[in-house]
Amino acid sequence: MNFAMPIFSVALPEIFMLCMITLALLTDVFLPARLRLVTYILVQATVVITFFMSISQFFNYPSPIITFSGNYIIDKLSMLLKIFVCLISFFVFAYSREYIQARKIAFGEYYVLGLLAVLGMLIMCSAYSFLTIYLGLELLSLALYAMVAMQKDSSQATEAAMKYFVMGALASGLLLYGISMVYGATGSIQILEIANREGLSSTQQMVELFGLVFILVGLLFKFGAVPFHMWVPDVYQGASTNMTLFIASAPKIAAFGITIRILVEAMPNLQIQWEHVLIVVAVLSMFFGNLLAIAQTNLKRMLAYSSIAHIGYMLLGIIAGPNSAEGYSAAIFYVATYTIVAAGAFAIIAILSKKGLEFDQLNDYRGLNARNPWLAFMMLLLMFSMAGIPPTVGFFAKLGLLEALVEAHLVWLAALALLFAIVGAYYYLRMVMLMYFEEPAEGLDESRFTVSPNMLAVTTVNGLFVLVFGLFPSSLIDMCRVSFA
Amino acid sequence: MTVLQIIFYLFSSLAVFSALMVVISSNPVRGALFLVLTFFCMAGLWMLLHAEFLALTLVLVYVGAVMTLFLFVVMMLSVTRLNLREGFVRYLPISVLIVLSVTGLAIMVVGPQRFGLIQMPLPPATPADFSNTASLGLLLYTHYAFPFEIAAIVLLTAIVAAITLTHRQYPKKHKSQRVSQQIAVSPKDRMRLVNMPSEPKINSTRKGQ
Repeated sequence: MNFAMPIFSVALPEIFMLCMITLALLTDVFLPARLRLVTYILVQATVVITFFMSISQFFNYPSPIITFSGNYIIDKLSMLLKIFVCLISFFVFAYSREYIQARKIAFGEYYVLGLLAVLGMLIMCSAYSFLTIYLGLELLSLALYAMVAMQKDSSQATEAAMKYFVMGALASGLLLYGISMVYGATGSIQILEIANREGLSSTQQMVELFGLVFILVGLLFKFGAVPFHMWVPDVYQGASTNMTLFIASAPKIAAFGITIRILVEAMPNLQIQWEHVLIVVAVLSMFFGNLLAIAQTNLKRMLAYSSIAHIGYMLLGIIAGPNSAEGYSAAIFYVATYTIVAAGAFAIIAILSKKGLEFDQLNDYRGLNARNPWLAFMMLLLMFSMAGIPPTVGFFAKLGLLEALVEAHLVWLAALALLFAIVGAYYYLRMVMLMYFEEPAEGLDESRFTVSPNMLAVTTVNGLFVLVFGLFPSSLIDMCRVSFA
Repeated sequence: MTVLQIIFYLFSSLAVFSALMVVISSNPVRGALFLVLTFFCMAGLWMLLHAEFLALTLVLVYVGAVMTLFLFVVMMLSVTRLNLREGFVRYLPISVLIVLSVTGLAIMVVGPQRFGLIQMPLPPATPADFSNTASLGLLLYTHYAFPFEIAAIVLLTAIVAAITLTHRQYPKKHKSQRVSQQIAVSPKDRMRLVNMPSEPKINSTRKGQ
């Protein structure tokens, strides 16, 4: 048996993070309750250091390296995804702090589990065999289920956790079944070997296709695309807002990573088949997501439906990818910017939700401008970005996708996407209208609109990110393009 | 039909039957016991595939440890019989439709004609002194070291998650005595003496007659 020693240094971000997780876990156990903030600082420091490690790797590893016996890959794509995951996780953890302190959710455990989820995402980003993909996904999901269930005094959160868990387990089961079929047909679970094998008989190809269908279903379940979207609104609404913030953001990036690995890198021979499936799913997601979002009166639920629609848009990039130079990079740009925007929008809900009362009805935001103009302006930027209105970053994200679609000769799909985007713009702009042109709702305590400077700073950075990258998107777009060169 | 084939069909049909019973039995204890039977049958099938170590581990770990614990929990919670008939008729048509279409399509696409010794030839026979356990260990600590480590982290996550969810620190539900306050108490805090005029005499024979 020829075994090459793995190159441990390429997995430095993961190894470092694992060490820090165990350190944070032990620190939290032995610290007195009043020093719990140390855990938070440790966790955030870990995320920041991992972020910079990934950035330095991005510039120091020009060509892909596959190691750990083909289970691990480090290439531009994985490093870029890791950068985004760390960036968004930092924001999420920063936003969550005051929210969970006010609600007495176990503080140290929340951050340790959160860091474990981030580790799962990093593993997914550079997984190069089905086994590692699955294990990374399970690590992420297991931590998320527990984190949703952690708000024990809320029956809504418990229900959301239960739904999330059952649906997630079902999706994992489908994914595993598909993987076993692919393994049966190709005799391998490594992406490189599956992509490189030759002389597959039509019989085996049929089995592989059968497996692909189940894998796709599993992945789309995790993404929450129509018709596997039923759990998304309930879970987003029921989970505590800091968890919604987490679920809606960083995991989407990691899921995008494994989708690219499985569809594009492992099964390019079945490209026509998966493209057909994805076209149907993308159109349905954009249609139902945008249409159902209009009918919502709860902001968290509305954003949940909007996330379904955005997943549809992101899938457009993968559909356009094989026939256009910029399809995949447009998709990754879209998913990265969308998750940052979604994190910001959920964060504003979390910030305004003071103890004992959630602030998630659309009517609550009536006249927010009169109460807290700066927060209203940040919300305006985020809503504009989701709708794809210049000069925010969402405009360039949608533009890149449409360009890629036209280049791939899918003009009808581009036209449909544009049509649904206009439908979507209605409910984003309605939100802006509520905040700016309506009279403030009566009977709300004025003190709830005062926001601590820390939270305001993080929100400001997040909001301005949307604006700055909307005005100067080229550096980010270039990074995405390099990843698929 | 060879002996091996008979054993295979015996175990697999029993596995399918007991797996079905897990789902449809209304008594949770019985369901758990059927799950044990399913694991046994799967262990038998793995034995046929020369995966002796895995088969024994399945019996030892799942049947011996996990399912025993599971039965403990089921019995301690004293789960009453579930009413499985509820909504049975309502969901029957759609579920039959889904099950038939999925299994029908699956058999059509990946039916017996796709699998067999012609499509997938037998792997070369292993020598008599081939050790399943040794080769498994060798693979686990070399080629699969990375996934193996991740599996360990998943277990760590499970432990942290389980303790977090069961360790009820918030909100405090139990009430306890404050001993220092109890000792420091004086009679004046506990008892108030009130001067009251004595009650006028009531005609006690008024009622009940």
